[in-house]
Amino acid sequence: MNPEPSAVDTIIDTVSAVFMVVGAVMSLGAAIGLLRFPDLMSRMHAATKPQVLGLFLLLASVGLQLRTWWVWPVLFVAWIFQVLTVPVSAHMVGRAGYRTKHLHRELLTTDELEAVVQKAADKKTADRPDSGRQDPDKRAAHDDGPADDGAPA
Amino acid sequence: MMEVVLTVTAVILSLAAAGAIVRIAIGPSLLDRVLASDVLLAIIGATLCIDMAVNRHLNNLMLLVALSIIGFIGSVTVARFVADRREHPNES
Repeated sequence: MNPEPSAVDTIIDTVSAVFMVVGAVMSLGAAIGLLRFPDLMSRMHAATKPQVLGLFLLLASVGLQLRTWWVWPVLFVAWIFQVLTVPVSAHMVGRAGYRTKHLHRELLTTDELEAVVQKAADKKTADRPDSGRQDPDKRAAHDDGPADDGAPA
Repeated sequence: MMEVVLTVTAVILSLAAAGAIVRIAIGPSLLDRVLASDVLLAIIGATLCIDMAVNRHLNNLMLLVALSIIGFIGSVTVARFVADRREHPNES
């Protein structure tokens, strides 16, 4: 009942060839997006394509070409670690990009982070006069705040 | 068929790597360069995958796993210590 092995081989080869070409096109799309998009945030959007979907397609083509079962868990581990670590670096780059104002505000539709950043900045400027005066009650009251601005002059 | 796929993906990935290197060169900010170097790392991982798939070996597999585990440390480190030194704040 099974189709003959050569037909199955041809189908698997075709599928993995399509996966390889599409995964390479993901990298090309990321490069085009890096060159053409206007600011850091939209370039970050383009940069995630080869990191997640492109790597998935290429690892799947490796697994299809090797035709062994034990290699799939290793490929899955590689992809899972990529999916776990890419958001960390994207979060840090996006956070630093927002704080250092590497973005075009006119391109944003909404900005939910602005209120949080403004509140933290207000709190920091409100805390600043206390640090010179060394009032023990006020310093004890502010101990639950951020610890990075507590250097007394 | 695999030779055709190898040629096509080699051309595509060379163009992609050239685009990422151009973005690393022209910047304009440090975070753009970090992001483009991440994309270049992903392109290198893609070439390792295609080499394994076309030639049917597994020599690069541990390198690929290590790349996906520790590849984010560089951009995290640079993004942690980045500072704004620009004259005109909206130039990028």
